[in-house]
Amino acid sequence: MSDEIANNDSPMGSGPSAEETREQMLEIYPKKTRRKRAKQMLVNKTPETPEAIGANSRTVPGIITQRGCSYAGCKGVVIGPIYDILHITHGPIGCGWYSWLSRRNMSKIRHPEETNYLQYSMSTDMQEDHIVFGGEKQLKQAIQEAYDEFKPKAISVYATCPVGLIGDDIHSVCREMKEKLGINIFGFSCEGYKGVSQSAGHHIANNGVFKNMIGLDDTPVEAKYKINVLGEYNIGGDAWEIDRILRLCGIHIIGTLSGGVSYDEICNCHQADLNVVMCHRSINYMAEMMETKFGMPWFKVNFIGIEGTKKSLRKIAQYFDEKELTDRVEEVIAMEMADVRPVIEDVRQRTEGKKAALFVGGSRAHHYQDLFSDMGMTTIAAGYEFAHRDDYEGRDVLPSIKIDADSRNIEELHIEADPERFNLRKTKERKVALEESGFEFSDYEGMMRQMAKDTLVIDDISAHELEKLIELHKPDVIGSGIKDKYVIEKMGIPCKQLHSYDYGGPYAGFKGAINFFKEIDRMISTKVWKLTRAPWKDDSEEQSAAAAEPATVS
Amino acid sequence: MLEGTTAEIRERKALRINPAKTCQPIGAMYAALGIHKCMPHSHGSQGCCAYHRSHLTRHHKEPIVATTSSFTEGASVFGGLANLKTALENIFTIYEPDIVSVHTTCLSEVIGDDIPMIIKKSEESGIIPEGKLVIHANTPSFVGSHVTGFSAQCAAFVDYLAESTGAKKNVINLFPGWVEPADMREIKRLAEMLGVEYIMAPDTSDVLDSALEGEYQMYPDGGTTIPQLKAMGDSMATLALGPMASTLAADKLKKKCGVENKVLELPIGIGGTDAFVNAMRIAGDVTVPRELEKERGRLVDMVSDMSQYLHRKKVAIFGDPDHVTAMVKFLVEVGMEPAIVVTGTKGKKWVAKIKEICSEVNPDVEVAAFSDIHYLHQWIKGNPVDLLMGNTYGKYVAKSEKLPFVRFGFPILDRVGHRAFPLIGYTGGMRLIEKITDAFFDKRDREDADEDIELVL
Repeated sequence: MSDEIANNDSPMGSGPSAEETREQMLEIYPKKTRRKRAKQMLVNKTPETPEAIGANSRTVPGIITQRGCSYAGCKGVVIGPIYDILHITHGPIGCGWYSWLSRRNMSKIRHPEETNYLQYSMSTDMQEDHIVFGGEKQLKQAIQEAYDEFKPKAISVYATCPVGLIGDDIHSVCREMKEKLGINIFGFSCEGYKGVSQSAGHHIANNGVFKNMIGLDDTPVEAKYKINVLGEYNIGGDAWEIDRILRLCGIHIIGTLSGGVSYDEICNCHQADLNVVMCHRSINYMAEMMETKFGMPWFKVNFIGIEGTKKSLRKIAQYFDEKELTDRVEEVIAMEMADVRPVIEDVRQRTEGKKAALFVGGSRAHHYQDLFSDMGMTTIAAGYEFAHRDDYEGRDVLPSIKIDADSRNIEELHIEADPERFNLRKTKERKVALEESGFEFSDYEGMMRQMAKDTLVIDDISAHELEKLIELHKPDVIGSGIKDKYVIEKMGIPCKQLHSYDYGGPYAGFKGAINFFKEIDRMISTKVWKLTRAPWKDDSEEQSAAAAEPATVS
Repeated sequence: MLEGTTAEIRERKALRINPAKTCQPIGAMYAALGIHKCMPHSHGSQGCCAYHRSHLTRHHKEPIVATTSSFTEGASVFGGLANLKTALENIFTIYEPDIVSVHTTCLSEVIGDDIPMIIKKSEESGIIPEGKLVIHANTPSFVGSHVTGFSAQCAAFVDYLAESTGAKKNVINLFPGWVEPADMREIKRLAEMLGVEYIMAPDTSDVLDSALEGEYQMYPDGGTTIPQLKAMGDSMATLALGPMASTLAADKLKKKCGVENKVLELPIGIGGTDAFVNAMRIAGDVTVPRELEKERGRLVDMVSDMSQYLHRKKVAIFGDPDHVTAMVKFLVEVGMEPAIVVTGTKGKKWVAKIKEICSEVNPDVEVAAFSDIHYLHQWIKGNPVDLLMGNTYGKYVAKSEKLPFVRFGFPILDRVGHRAFPLIGYTGGMRLIEKITDAFFDKRDREDADEDIELVL
């Protein structure tokens, strides 16, 4: 395989070019659908100045899509992982059931008197009469019953499609019950039909966290370097690995939003000196709002991949600008690399030159390219499920993005500096000096700039396009989600679930990278893919000749 | 694990905690996948379809294809006509199914989309190609559960497709109920052993346990064909397995085409399988082959071998009504004692039935319909049991109460094998006995002190 690539200039390897592949993917579609999909499928011709991609637009009805809904983005992704809030889904049973720990957000209680609510799925289980007569009474009573049963410190309520349609006012119910019970109770209008994908739900969730939790607890935090990690959901224990490394460096995480995080930590996380952002798409709103209100700057990091992790650690150290921290970070990197090096050297012998494709979430399709490149692999095609243009093209395109009807339906909070608690962590001069030295705050380069020229970037990939890609390019491994996994594997290509990690992980940080290297090595080397065809199915000449030969009699 | 759960049971009227059911459309999707070259279509916002596909994929470890009308706010206000028409055009052009089965969601039901009207308009405007079919089932999630959704989809097959030509054929219709692909294969094997000609619908064997051969087929070889669905109206009789899942379709077929039916519990265990075999024997006018009698005998033999380890063991069980009913019968049959029996689906008759099945071994059995796993857990805390049976979500209860746990029902997200090895029929009974006794013995081996570890039974 590596020879083939060496003999071919295209990063796509042998076979059709990216342009030809794109054409073949589009061929089958009816005219209108083709026009629409063409805008969402680009050949990365000018990575330095990426072309405009048709992201965050409606999915064409009837297309088999990877996308979910606003509720899934709000409850399932952002708020759901907060382990000591009692989460109630207001709606018929399905939504609550499907979001019941199906995203592998790991968490553990810190004190014996706490309750981890993630193992519980709570719902108002709306019946037909609630749809006819309204469900507010049911919700009110459900909150009361949840309180009587568990005495939680906070309750969150999520609206599903029918709730929005029948006009239940979940927010007034929450306000009333908050007053009555004396605990924090708040709701999210994240009905599934809002927006065009999960992304709408992320935005709604960010607004809700900001309005109802952040800044409620002003207890000072005694630590020298205090940060929050935003957009990290602790799938397979990723957040715990990031925490381990940062602790080694002497950096204290107040809140990881929202993997394995407690309600109190979120209420207190405005005490941090810095926000670092992992999944830009799901939480960039929060980073912005916290900067405006409390003055803490943010920048993008990536703890997926060895080089990504090193770069992120060094950037954090550079921000704090203390020799003690800078030295410690280098020590930790050196220490961790001693474990990583032998593994990567071993694994690279088998992974070098192989091809990967990634179609996942909001940032993973980008982040995991770092891990693959650590292994000497090329990502020939990638795309997000629910991204916006800036996730592909970088944040500099923000001013040129037009707001459409689907985005306009989501509340934009007006945030002002907090008169008492706004506090510029780094003096303006320092921030300017850092920026002048090339240090980027509040920025995200986007996926396309970091992908090779003439690779494919496909937003909201459809089942048909994915099949075509495999047929034409036979990637050695694909990172995707559960809905695609077995389609890909039926075609004899291993698929790594990068939403849930197939029971594996962590894959973040140094130890996580070792896990991932070993995992991809296994997937590429495992014998099962060579067993997919029975020997008699191959009627190549050699095979037929061998079959025709009489058995040797000794 | 579930540290917030206490033994104190408070009455709850509004809050469902750890449900023992999910919503209708996923059942409709599963049933539709059992029709050859059928594309299930979810009419509503994207999330429903994504959730149902994910869950069915996790359960079967197989590709689950289904399309969606992808409603956004606009469609919710103006109705789903345009979305469904666009969807149908795309589906028939890109994925080329023979039939699309539309099922509704909360959203399209609340706004009141008239699906038959939309189908008719699509036919008239030529969106549905010649010879292709679109059918529908109403499956709002605020009614029933995933089981009734399955039932509604089966009824839709009959409503739209079954025809009576007036010429009765020597064929038995089989509605297998919501069982695993391997169970469906086992039902067919039993029918073939008995020499009965049959049509079974739906049939997910070979569709949701298809071979890995390096190629992906969107529509694998299996599934009930459209001509078979049409021909059901000409059959001599119908056997409907699982009252909750199959009665509706069987009754509709009787009304529409005059095919008499008999509703049976799922053929789980000795008595359950006996009833099925006997009904087939009578309906098909055949003799039970010796080989099948031997299968039965092997199961009875195994039960007798294991009886001492099962006798009066208390069992907590939750799941779908049809599954649980048949399983409770089997538990009673092998000498075990159902102690608490829970389903999430509504059903007063079901409660009475379970009580009746348990009347001899445990008249005090606690039975709850339209209930949840949290209630089951609280009850167990006050009344310890020896074994828990139910779907994957029972693992938290099993872990927190240190109970041996046999996974059974839908969904099983964290194990393989359930879609490949039947639990129904006599051979399925043997597998069940193996699973149950293994669970007890494994627990003993794991927890016994060194000096108590034994090598032989």
